[in-house]
Amino acid sequence: MEKVICTVCPKGCHMKVEIEEKKVEGNSCKRGEIYGLAEVVTPIRVITSTIDIKGGQFKKIPVKTLEAVEKGLNFKIIEEMKKIKVKSPIKCGTVVIENILGTGVDVVVTRDM
Amino acid sequence: MTYDLIVIGGGPAGLASGLSAFEEGVNKVLIIERDVEVGGILNQCIHNGFGLHTFKEELTGPEYAQKYIDMIKETDIEIKLNTMVMKIDDEKNVHILNSEDGYKVIKGRSIILAMGCRERTRGAISIPGSRPAGVLTAGTAQKYVNMLGEKVGNKALILGSGDIGLIMARRLSLEGTEVLGVVELMEHSNGLTRNIVQCLDDYDIPLYLSHTVTNIIGDNRLEKVIISKVDENKKPIEGTEKEFDVDTLLLSVGLIPENDLINDMDIDFDNRTKGVVVNESMETSVEGIFSCGNALHVHDLVDFVSTEAKEAGRSVAKYLGVDKKEVGKKEIILKNGVGLTYTVPQKINVDKVEKIVGVMFRVNKIYENVKIVIESNGKKIKEYNRDHMLPAEMEKIILTKDMLEQCNEEIEIKVTDMEV
Ligand SMILES: Cc1cc2nc3c(=O)[nH]c(=O)nc-3n(C[C@H](O)[C@H](O)[C@H](O)COP(=O)(O)OP(=O)(O)OC[C@H]3O[C@@H](n4cnc5c(N)ncnc54)[C@H](O)[C@@H]3O)c2cc1C
Ligand code: SF4
Repeated sequence: MEKVICTVCPKGCHMKVEIEEKKVEGNSCKRGEIYGLAEVVTPIRVITSTIDIKGGQFKKIPVKTLEAVEKGLNFKIIEEMKKIKVKSPIKCGTVVIENILGTGVDVVVTRDM
Repeated sequence: MTYDLIVIGGGPAGLASGLSAFEEGVNKVLIIERDVEVGGILNQCIHNGFGLHTFKEELTGPEYAQKYIDMIKETDIEIKLNTMVMKIDDEKNVHILNSEDGYKVIKGRSIILAMGCRERTRGAISIPGSRPAGVLTAGTAQKYVNMLGEKVGNKALILGSGDIGLIMARRLSLEGTEVLGVVELMEHSNGLTRNIVQCLDDYDIPLYLSHTVTNIIGDNRLEKVIISKVDENKKPIEGTEKEFDVDTLLLSVGLIPENDLINDMDIDFDNRTKGVVVNESMETSVEGIFSCGNALHVHDLVDFVSTEAKEAGRSVAKYLGVDKKEVGKKEIILKNGVGLTYTVPQKINVDKVEKIVGVMFRVNKIYENVKIVIESNGKKIKEYNRDHMLPAEMEKIILTKDMLEQCNEEIEIKVTDMEV
């Protein structure tokens, strides 16, 4: 059994998740149950950071993974992001890394610069 | 030079209010921003979680700002960057300063105050100890790391568990600064649960509740921070000291609306919110001057800033509108009763309300399963159930014109137990 705090809404229910039986306790609504099971099987997060930009208004431009990826990959993904450099001008939403670490998820810049 | 509307501040509040006024038919709109670009504080908030209410998708701060910037590009709204507003005089003249125009005075038929907020600094909370380098606010660190690409230190401690502190705990961890803990004076965190889980738990960063910083040690650069447990009166308990070898201490101890600009003006001010007093139209006690966003009261979610700003923009359009038909003066004062710390707006002119008015407020502590009761003249007008409320989250209720017409000159909003 694992303890999970639901983050779907501000109430933050403290839940207990029984993974074999797919049972969730302590949630106040269905959304908590779905979140609780997912959080125990494969917790996922959107990873945001910054990368180097040449000729821009600032030295860094913000990026994000277009979708949530396995949370354990966070440090590795940040390493990959550190390796690349883009040039100004660039449009918000431009893909700068395709299929990062084989996750099937792209990395995009999150502003114009 | 005369503008129909001058917006002071190009953050999300300034952008959304200027845009909405323009969309409602206000022609000559000018937004003045002291920074090198518009977008305000959002430009440095690179994490996601913005926009669920406004755009129904989860955006990062810069993406949220970009949406408004793109919309404004499609309009004739003028933007002046690198320009500081120094003063507003009695004639609604806005005094500005920049390197291109020097000191210049421009006239606004209406003005929106959207200067945002600033962070409380060490001085505001008086931490004892020496004054070495390495002690900075979480927002300043956020700007260094996210925009300038500078590392703030090798080992850090964070004082204050509000959302900005939590977000920075994760950000520093990812950038290779070891975060040894987050220290919080209260017995609960002021941050969203989501941020506790995703910023602290995910990175095994301990949260020290009911603790505070009691000493700061270091000559040039910070070397050590001592924290102690506090008792119910928030006094440090002797013998509970813990020592941390850190070179960086981030302060995330609250935000205050930025309102230096209006210090010399004759305008009603609210000491609870540290912003101006407004009515249902977001209009201040000076006719034609409006306020919204963090300059009015501190918001935790930019989505609420945008909604409020849109309302301010619409009100400007109405104010400038040709058919300024005479409205009555039935004004209702909103009082915060038990459990509330403030309300915005602070007063409502009933005749100006079309159908509804949203009232925002905060509560003074955590409440479970309670009712929000709206009373006027000792008579209950309406009640709402809430199963969970906390000071860190702004609450909002809707008052309808029907409800307002049942009220006399005062409305009290309070929290009561379910049973009562
Ligand atoms: C460090 C920090 C982090 C935050 N993180 C989050 C977050 O993660 N999520 C979230 O939803 N909210 C966050 N907030 C809350 C955030 O403030 C609001 O979401 C939103 O940015 C407020 O918009 P605003 O336009 O009122 O203020 P701001 O974004 O602060 O914009 C005000 C603008 O006015 C300009 N200005 C001020 N005075 C003058 C003057 N005299 N002349 C000319 N220009 C002037 C400033 O330069 C600034 O650009 C954060 C706030 C801070 C301070
Ligand atoms: S279980 Fe439901 S009520 Fe509880 S925090 Fe999750 S979403 Fe909110």
